[in-house]
Amino acid sequence: MNMQEIISPENVVYQKPRLMNDHPMHYCPGCSHGVVHKLIAEVIDEMGLAEQTIGIAPVGCAVFAYNYLDIDWIEAAHGRAPAIATAVKRLNPGKMVFTYQGDGDLAAIGTAETIHACNRGENVVIVFINNAIYGMTGGQMAPTTLDGMKTATCPYGRNVSLNGYPLKISDLLAQLEGTCLITREAVHTAAAIRRGKKALRKAFENAMAGKGSSVVEFVSTCASGWKMTPEQANQWMVENMFPLYPLGTLKDK
Amino acid sequence: MQYELIIAGFGGQGVLSMGKILAYSGLMEGKEITWFPSYGPEQRGGTANVTVILSDERISSPVLNEYDIAVILNQPSLEKFEKAVKPGGILIYDPYGITRKPTRKDIRVFEIDAMNTANREGNVKAFNMIVLGGVLKLAPMVSMENVMAGLKKSLPERHHKLLPMNEQAILRGMELIKEIE
Amino acid sequence: MANEIKLLKGNEAIAHAAIRYGADGYFGYPITPQSEIMETLMEEQPWETTGMVVLQAESEVAAINMVYGGAACGKRVMTSSSSPGISLKQEGISYMAGAELPGLIVNVMRGGPGLGTIQPSQADYFQTVKGGGHGDYRLITLAPASVQEMADHVALGFDLSFKYNNPAMILTDGVIGQMMEKVVLPEQRPRRTEDDIRREQPWAALGKPASRKPNVITSLELDSAIMEQNNIRFQAKYKTIEASEVRYETFKCADADYLIVAFGSAARISQKVVELARKQGIKAGLFRPITLWPFPTKALNACKEKVKGILVVELNAGQMVEDVKLAVECKVPVAYYGRLGGIVPTPQEVLEALLSLQV
Repeated sequence: MNMQEIISPENVVYQKPRLMNDHPMHYCPGCSHGVVHKLIAEVIDEMGLAEQTIGIAPVGCAVFAYNYLDIDWIEAAHGRAPAIATAVKRLNPGKMVFTYQGDGDLAAIGTAETIHACNRGENVVIVFINNAIYGMTGGQMAPTTLDGMKTATCPYGRNVSLNGYPLKISDLLAQLEGTCLITREAVHTAAAIRRGKKALRKAFENAMAGKGSSVVEFVSTCASGWKMTPEQANQWMVENMFPLYPLGTLKDK
Repeated sequence: MQYELIIAGFGGQGVLSMGKILAYSGLMEGKEITWFPSYGPEQRGGTANVTVILSDERISSPVLNEYDIAVILNQPSLEKFEKAVKPGGILIYDPYGITRKPTRKDIRVFEIDAMNTANREGNVKAFNMIVLGGVLKLAPMVSMENVMAGLKKSLPERHHKLLPMNEQAILRGMELIKEIE
Repeated sequence: MANEIKLLKGNEAIAHAAIRYGADGYFGYPITPQSEIMETLMEEQPWETTGMVVLQAESEVAAINMVYGGAACGKRVMTSSSSPGISLKQEGISYMAGAELPGLIVNVMRGGPGLGTIQPSQADYFQTVKGGGHGDYRLITLAPASVQEMADHVALGFDLSFKYNNPAMILTDGVIGQMMEKVVLPEQRPRRTEDDIRREQPWAALGKPASRKPNVITSLELDSAIMEQNNIRFQAKYKTIEASEVRYETFKCADADYLIVAFGSAARISQKVVELARKQGIKAGLFRPITLWPFPTKALNACKEKVKGILVVELNAGQMVEDVKLAVECKVPVAYYGRLGGIVPTPQEVLEALLSLQV
């Protein structure tokens, strides 16, 4: 059996999602973004929505998300993705519209846009990457940074009396009438990835069915920002992030 | 022909709506119109005024410092606008609540006892229409037919049953207005 | 519905004109003295007739980003606000300029700085024509002087912004927004279909067909060499606009010894001043820029040999006067008269300022 025969279509057991292109990713080794990108690409393709999907990219590490998925994209100002998604969906009710946002984008500078888009029940999906740190700007404190966790702007650890508490924004969003699905996922194991994809699929279906806003939070690693190896980062996430941000469905109606 | 008016009084006296009816009447008459209100918190109980300009030609400034006609419905407005009537122009005031009467001799001054009459005749809501009647008697800017057409256009349909009452009030105002020597 | 004559406030005229233009969406946040724009739209319920989307946003910041989003899919979308709210929108306007997105923004100016007053002002001239947001960009700026022009400039603003893929602003104030005048509304135009938009705005993010590459709407470019090229392209576009889209109006300028230069409400007041001055035997004329950017520099420059003096009348501390001085290359005396903080000058006080120009 030569190589051509081995890679013939009928022998394929796994391949890169069709919507992911060959553009080299800028994400650090061990980062969760790449896996979540892949899941989104698979869900869009499997739902046959490739020609109807408009993604809204954030400011943050995922600012270049538009370089990796071959769909139409709109790059938002920092935190404004839910406002942009609101207009895109309302002006094009038949389209699939999702935002992809980090913790600083969604839960600090864009808190108002996030809450109000969800409260209006905009028929969009918000994909939320929570790695408790600002990756792109060099590892500063995020609204979701844990108590005592060290970052460039809290070098002695987050001090809640100074900086306030880690913001459990998904719990907050679950209180809003306009949201239909709020779930917290991770992509550190094969089982978690499978579960995360299911959650994304459901969220995308909700948006197309006009059921309201869905938020899929991915508790994520930032090996570079946390100054760890990818393996250590996964371990640290399980031990430190999950107790505060437990995985599971917060709301499904 | 061009008429430059100021209508001034307390918020709630129907100052702006009286100006609006005049403006709609001008619209029906085919004239150029500018209606420019004082706006903001004074609408809610403070002083309110509106400038109305009716003209056969394109209107320049909506903001004026002198007027052909000043319609004065309270004392603060009299203090402010008596001096702004053009020499030879007209000042109309309702004596209700006026403590110091106009003093200028180079203008024509008219009194219209509209508030007392409206109260007495149980027609308080048409107070501003009585005043409008007085204004139209002195300055026939628009025909009565077009006033009624303007009134109809400016009132929501559910209030059209009030049209005859308003017409009566306008006619009443025409009777009431009298010149002060 | 055809060419209907109505008596409307300037703010109301903008709302009606937007519906009739076939606008796809309006996103706004209430602020005096322009709230009638959204109130009128909500009353008219255009989503029931033309399908136009009208939404009250959670903030001016959200509203301008909704406009950014709508524009990114090639739709004709707009927002409106007054000075403090327009300050909040500057980020979005800069992003629109950077991503080369069309869209219409209305500023019904009030006195500032800060929360200021709700009374009329023209103090946002610098903010509008000199930048406002960050970066080297220009904002097509229209200055209506009547309720009719409020309506007309909706169509003109959308047309220009789509012609050049650049945001446009209607810069007006509480006088024009709050006053009622006769206005002829245009006929109802249909909203464009998705096919129309895909044909006319092939860059729009409306979903990627298999036949083309992804459309990405962004102002981001980390490679400075490319970013410089982007900027050079923007500047070339601005030069074209400056060469092709200047609009102004003159009133009794042909034989004028003295010229008043004013825009919007100040121009209306100044027109009266010209009439009053002429009654006194003074040959005065009015030059009214309709586009504040592009500024009618050439046309004003042509006046410099003919007049003895120019008075710039503004509802601010003297902003456009700088552009007038540049236009006439200081070859003729240029004076300024204005009132501040929401006070509107009367024709009489402007006349006195004009008389004091005489040598």
